[in-house]
Amino acid sequence: MECVFGMVGKDFALVVADSSAVNSILVHKSNEDKIMVLDSHKLMGASGEAGDRAQFTEYVQKNVSLYQYRNNIPLTTKAAANFMRGELATALRKNPYMVNIVLAGYDKETGPSLYFIDYIATLHKVDKAAFGYGSYFALSMMDRHYHPNMTVDEAIKLADQCIEEIRSRLVVAPQNFIIKIVDKDGAREHSWRRTTKD
Amino acid sequence: MLGCYSRMVEAGSFVDHSSLRSIQVAGFFWFFTSQSQHFFFLFKMSRRYDSRTTIFSPEGRLYQVEYAMEAIGNAGSAIGILSKDGVVLVGEKKVTSKLLQTSTSTEKMYKIDDHIACAVAGIMSDANILINTARVQAQRYTFSYQEPMPVEQLVQSLCDTKQGYTQFGGLRPFGVSFLFAGWDKNYGFQLYMSDPSGNYGGWKAAAIGANNQAAQSMLKQDYKDDISREEAVQLALKVLSKTMDSTSLTSDKLELAEVFLSSSGKVKYQVCTPDALSKMLVKYGVTQPPAEA
Repeated sequence: MECVFGMVGKDFALVVADSSAVNSILVHKSNEDKIMVLDSHKLMGASGEAGDRAQFTEYVQKNVSLYQYRNNIPLTTKAAANFMRGELATALRKNPYMVNIVLAGYDKETGPSLYFIDYIATLHKVDKAAFGYGSYFALSMMDRHYHPNMTVDEAIKLADQCIEEIRSRLVVAPQNFIIKIVDKDGAREHSWRRTTKD
Repeated sequence: MLGCYSRMVEAGSFVDHSSLRSIQVAGFFWFFTSQSQHFFFLFKMSRRYDSRTTIFSPEGRLYQVEYAMEAIGNAGSAIGILSKDGVVLVGEKKVTSKLLQTSTSTEKMYKIDDHIACAVAGIMSDANILINTARVQAQRYTFSYQEPMPVEQLVQSLCDTKQGYTQFGGLRPFGVSFLFAGWDKNYGFQLYMSDPSGNYGGWKAAAIGANNQAAQSMLKQDYKDDISREEAVQLALKVLSKTMDSTSLTSDKLELAEVFLSSSGKVKYQVCTPDALSKMLVKYGVTQPPAEA
């Protein structure tokens, strides 16, 4: 089942997500990208109802770029996180989106940052975050091994340990994972961790 | 009444056969002769294009918008100057009557948010509406993003409102010009000027209200880049004293406000007290010290 997690390193932040599209007991697809590149320096990892996830991430992405067109300045990660929280909070009392978000970003003034946002509009600025069944393992692993000022290599190693633990301990473990990273040079795909071919 | 009616008919028939040039000629006449006949020329003719804000005249002008700008030309003036360490706003308080209780707070300067203030020239009742919208916009932005609203965005949103009244609904435009002074993390200190048409622009030094052209040209002459805030205050007071109608500048006819960064790095909006202002006027040689009674 779903696993999305992320952490902040020394001068970067990374987000990891499984890439399974599941319906009931069936896996439809194992290369579904659940981490949206919001703008040049933001990553939005999302888990939850597939339709809501697609709708909400795209809605946010389009709003972030609209802001940029209108004002010629990018939205900070903090501003984007609060915008998402606001949208989820308004939706919550009408027709809630079933999505949980790990938002990673890099800003000139504040450096890398990571935000935990769940479908009931909770917002936390954190060093490490995780959602889904995989979160039990990922959080435990990160609690044990995470430290501030991690290098990219250390963080990737920790992410691999998390993935390894999920694969060996979770009954319904997803096959493939994707890792994306954001630093001063922008948001981009880092690598995949595959056990099955697409 | 009957006389008036017949004159209007007369004037009307004239208009129908006349070119636009004669409309201007009639307006010209009215300035120099106050004969009622000429008045009706103007009345009937300009009525075609200036009774609604939403209609262009054949020369491509929007008369109501121009009249709104005219209204501001009679209002107490305000000057804004951008300096490297802050923005200075000075305003002329019109003392209309000796009996009027001058308000202890400012009447031309308004704080919009922690990091933005504005000075007003024009119809105050209109301005109050716009200031309220500006404050709402600023709070709404912080509610959405938990960050202070960038200065230009606030100016733009307010100017969008102003523009709306020159195009929709058959309402009159806002007879208000603003000077916005503010600071944001992207562009630092900024000064903007806006007019009733909804136009706005960023300025190093700007003037609105009565004699704004004279003030503007003085500012153009005396403004230097890298001016300090103190020098900016001095320049603003000097320009205002020279462009104001009254001969002696006193603190009860003036308002001075500044936006700058405090030693802790926070944006601060500070209004100068009348006492401090009096001392400053003497110090800069704008007015003579009061004679010993």
